[in-house]
Amino acid sequence: MKPATKSLLKIKSRLADPKEQLRILSDNHSLGITSFEDRLHDLGIEPLKPTGVDIFQVNVGKMCNQVCKHCHVDAGPGRKEIMTRETMQLCVDALKGTDISTVDLTGGAPEMNPNFRWFVEQLSKQGRKIIVRCNLTIIVAHPKYYDLPEFFRSHNINVVSSLPYFNAKRTDAQRGEGVFEQSIRALRRLNEVGYGKEGSGLQLDLVYNPSGAFLPDDQKALEATFKSKLKEGYDIDFNELFAITNLPVSRFLEYLIRSENYQDYMEELANAFNPEAAHGVMCRSTLSVSWDGYLYDCDFNQMLELKLNGGTPDHIRDFDLEKLNNRNIIINQHCYGCTAGAGSSCGGTIA
Amino acid sequence: MAKSYYDPADLKKFGNITEWQKELGDKFFDYYGTVFQEGALTAREKSLIALAVSHAVQCPYCIDAYTDDCLKKGVDEEQMMEAVHVTAAIKGGAALVHGVQMMNKVSDKLM
Repeated sequence: MKPATKSLLKIKSRLADPKEQLRILSDNHSLGITSFEDRLHDLGIEPLKPTGVDIFQVNVGKMCNQVCKHCHVDAGPGRKEIMTRETMQLCVDALKGTDISTVDLTGGAPEMNPNFRWFVEQLSKQGRKIIVRCNLTIIVAHPKYYDLPEFFRSHNINVVSSLPYFNAKRTDAQRGEGVFEQSIRALRRLNEVGYGKEGSGLQLDLVYNPSGAFLPDDQKALEATFKSKLKEGYDIDFNELFAITNLPVSRFLEYLIRSENYQDYMEELANAFNPEAAHGVMCRSTLSVSWDGYLYDCDFNQMLELKLNGGTPDHIRDFDLEKLNNRNIIINQHCYGCTAGAGSSCGGTIA
Repeated sequence: MAKSYYDPADLKKFGNITEWQKELGDKFFDYYGTVFQEGALTAREKSLIALAVSHAVQCPYCIDAYTDDCLKKGVDEEQMMEAVHVTAAIKGGAALVHGVQMMNKVSDKLM
């Protein structure tokens, strides 16, 4: 497999620095768009407040076997920031005594963290619904990962996998040469153990995110296309397709600027602002934990290093649900990505 | 005075045509929106038809708009190019079928 690109950190891009990204994103005047803050103010929901914590999303590290062009984490094999078992234990302890229903594990490739399986086992003992955001290729990357489908099944994990398109050309352009073929092999392995098969109770969802400077369209129509193409072409079954908008953060922001699509893309996001999606944005019911235990409103704010604001304890060791539920969510222009059209979240469309 | 007949930025101003004739403009956009909704044809099929027609009428605004729309709807490059070949076939056929008229005229004129 040949990586699609190099990490911004590796090429020493100025955009590897979240402060530089925020400087660009904060300037809505140059783009000629109303600030996201003003749009929420007009709806009467500014400052944006949480509705509770229903999803506890843990980014267990930036290490990944792929280097995708759109990655908002700037992940890759060279990234060494991964969560320690001690920090995982703090997460497990924090969850005890809460009624948070779902733990969502992401990365990087979360399975590359040497304590990944231990962490899943602890969460499984607590009876949480566990989501793993699997890049698929990790399943066939090395013999030590070959039994991941069986491991996922043993903990009834909801596997959510990225597949931006149903052919190699567009998938490989975004995720690296050979990724499509390996993803199909991994999907077959997941199907073999029952994932995505009717009546198995093993949920396999795919994530569609556009492989370029355009927004996703109707999720159900895309799902129907993916289902027929993957079934006819490769005999692959899956449950749901989540259409996710690419947010202008990290590598995707760099791509937008370099390809001179930034202005049009931001205008399109802002013009497609949907009040209903704004009311239901994911950050209102999510808490995001970084590899080093800091707390954020979402994975995008995490990558922009926008720690929880206003004196709310911002590390997992000081976890305080009551204070978290009273925080103000930090917003900027990238948030337009979650409110455009039918909206976007880690679980697909909102409105 | 504009230096060219077409400016990509003008596509975003399409809605402004209602400023000088609101009633007709509103009716047009209302109709337009309804046409492209899911119906007996899917929105995806309609987008591909629109892409083919855009090439037939050679409207650069329409080509930009429906290339973008096809991408959003998950249409692949091969499908988009096949739609343009449908345009080419019909436009080429429309020219060539007039060859029959030419042949008829020639046979009228020649001994």
